[in-house]
Amino acid sequence: MFRKPTKWSVMKTLILKDIDDLIIGSLGIVAFISFFVGGVVAIQTSLNISNPLIPKYLVGFATRQSIILEFAPTFISIIMAGKVGSFITSSIGTMRVTEQIDALEVMGINAINYLVFPKFIALTLYPFVISISMSLGILGGLAACVYGGYGTFEDYIEGVQNDFIPFHMAYAFIKTMVFAFILATIPSFYGYFMKGGALEVGKASTTSFVWTSVVVILVNYLITSLLLG
Amino acid sequence: MIEVNNLHKSFGEAHILKGITTSFEKGKTNLIIGQSGSGKTVFLKCLLGLFEYEEGSIAYDGKIFNEFSPDEKRDLRADIGMVFQGSALFDSMTIAENVMFPLRMFTKQSKSEMEDRVNFVLKRVNLDGAHKKMPSEASGGMQKRVAIARAIVNNPKYLFCDEPNSGLDPKTAIVIDNLIQEITDEYQMTTVINSHDMNSVMEIGEKIVFLKDGYKEWEGSKDTIFKTENEAVTNFVYSSELFKKVRKMYLEENQ
Repeated sequence: MFRKPTKWSVMKTLILKDIDDLIIGSLGIVAFISFFVGGVVAIQTSLNISNPLIPKYLVGFATRQSIILEFAPTFISIIMAGKVGSFITSSIGTMRVTEQIDALEVMGINAINYLVFPKFIALTLYPFVISISMSLGILGGLAACVYGGYGTFEDYIEGVQNDFIPFHMAYAFIKTMVFAFILATIPSFYGYFMKGGALEVGKASTTSFVWTSVVVILVNYLITSLLLG
Repeated sequence: MIEVNNLHKSFGEAHILKGITTSFEKGKTNLIIGQSGSGKTVFLKCLLGLFEYEEGSIAYDGKIFNEFSPDEKRDLRADIGMVFQGSALFDSMTIAENVMFPLRMFTKQSKSEMEDRVNFVLKRVNLDGAHKKMPSEASGGMQKRVAIARAIVNNPKYLFCDEPNSGLDPKTAIVIDNLIQEITDEYQMTTVINSHDMNSVMEIGEKIVFLKDGYKEWEGSKDTIFKTENEAVTNFVYSSELFKKVRKMYLEENQ
């Protein structure tokens, strides 16, 4: 990927375009899902607390832990495997079947560097997406809790602040960076090395989504065992 | 000039090119013709350096490709223009950006110099005013002309075209053929066209190489192809009644 790198003036444009397509373009769906899933986690937690001895702030605590430890880094990555991963596979795959990659190679351009490296760099901003997901998830929980009548503002905020372990943030962002690498490489691989026509582009996108999700789940298990186990 | 000597290429057990020896001359439109599956595309991709071959050699202006250093190979690629069968224009770029792409990648020209060159080349292929269109908004003929403009924008020494007429109506096909021939003559390029369009053969075939089952079956020009007695060539080229009549008339006139 790093042999014969593309001219910086061209690469800069490609990186900015991929940041727009992969990061900025994903913010809307990530924000929407995070806010409402945060709300649902808060409601579910609240409804399952029947014992009066359990403190009310547990709703905020449980929502924070669920969102920061698993929902934002892992499940948003699976959603991104569908959105961003399919986009990467289908865009590179379409370039393959319409001979655009051959055109790059004939011109002596390192096609992998030209196509994959900007996506790789763009996805180093993926933790920014996950930070937004975490914030909106917790905010969604707060909104559902307060406006749904499941608890008070003060209880929820107390729960969010209670027993906060900074290493959990480090754990979440280490996972996020690894998932960003997976999101850039597996879909690019399936797009770049695909053969056939339009139908195969669709099949490659599906296969890429399945394998990216499987690898994310397995790697999540491994990282969790190593860092928290 | 490109000289090919005893070229062999296989994919696993399938022996596709079986010892092809020929040459493609500078300033001429050289056509590779043959039935589907005869090895034309594999041959073209070997000439382009996209496929490695097991045996034989390809020399560009006397220098053998396999003996080139990586830098020499890169320099050679900057001297190659290619028109793909499906045009292979970059979907995400406008027509002007597509044509400017090789200049951006391989030259240190200023933006205004690049724009001047793009304007000149687009005018040369009769696409003045189409700069801001996206490839998807252009017709098949326009896309082929953009592909030609992109291929020649860097003043290449060698121009390769893979079935430049496929999917075009006969009138547009002739326009594209004539454009390629004019440009070849004007810039004195070595042009190699992979085709099975018999109109192209008759119009611009200054040198014709006929492939059959991976062998070079015959070579000649648009004039000698009328006179050839090679059965494989006559079966392929004069398969339609129209071309049979054209050949008969030519032979009667030139007796």
